[in-house]
Amino acid sequence: MIFLTVGTHEPFERLVKAVDTWVGANPDQARFFGQITEHGYRPEHFPFIDRLSPTEYQTRFDEADLIISHAGMGTILTALSKGKPVVILPRRGHLSETRNDHQYTTVKHLGHRQGVYVAQDETELGAVLSNALSNMTDETHARVSDVAPVSFTNALRTFITQT
Amino acid sequence: MTKSPQIMVVASAGGHWVQLMRLRPAWAGLDVTYVTTDPGLKSVVMPATGSEPQGRVAFFTVTEGNRWQKRKLIKQLFQLFWLIARKRPQLILTTGAAPGYFALRIGKFFGARTLWIDSMANAEELSLSGRKIQRHADVCLTQWEHLAQNDSPQYWGSVL
Repeated sequence: MIFLTVGTHEPFERLVKAVDTWVGANPDQARFFGQITEHGYRPEHFPFIDRLSPTEYQTRFDEADLIISHAGMGTILTALSKGKPVVILPRRGHLSETRNDHQYTTVKHLGHRQGVYVAQDETELGAVLSNALSNMTDETHARVSDVAPVSFTNALRTFITQT
Repeated sequence: MTKSPQIMVVASAGGHWVQLMRLRPAWAGLDVTYVTTDPGLKSVVMPATGSEPQGRVAFFTVTEGNRWQKRKLIKQLFQLFWLIARKRPQLILTTGAAPGYFALRIGKFFGARTLWIDSMANAEELSLSGRKIQRHADVCLTQWEHLAQNDSPQYWGSVL
């Protein structure tokens, strides 16, 4: 299963449309499921839901072989810690998809990591998705830890426990 | 055994919460109150009945709201005020966004120590809330070393 998620807060039409177009053109490639919020474009070629509870979200994420997402920190961190490949399209500030261009800078700083596939815009999405799918069989991803590096949490603990 | 400090950790649901969860070893075993915006996240942090030998864990939610939803934000502010007035945490830590900003301002008013951890999503400049909280928080951290300054924000590490 391939799990498309656009985050909890806002719709992301460019991504949902691009995925729908790709699935329409490649109907037998894989099973897709989308979480797309209650606003904006409704896909024609795969099942979707507006929102998922945290438990349902986790189930979908665990079942997925590949994640497609906006460049949200939560999705990227979850994909890395579960060892799932992730295709990301950053929301852009000048298109009013976010308040500023922080997702664009997230991609610049984290897009090189193993298992992260970046489409800079919707026209690249199809090719990037095809590439990610063709890599899935022979690629295993090292999972990053579920928690922050111990040097960071130790520094925080020292601050927390000092009186 | 010395008494655990009373800690409150705050993050809105979504990416801020995911980052907060990655920091849990920092307060493992201590008395902690989680505050977020989605009741469904309770099961993530509440220990199974009878399984927690040390450290009391509490969980509260406040209304979700962002800078475009003034009415919801005001409700969120009041909910946080009553919660902090009642719990009187000695330390409040947050990864953002809006509820973390309010919690730190209110916490400061009640004499708590305060720690802001700017989201890892802000790789080239501190978030707007981060810049606004800087002069109020005791410590303001960035998760990107190249954004650190001598005084603030500091860099102690990142969640990844």
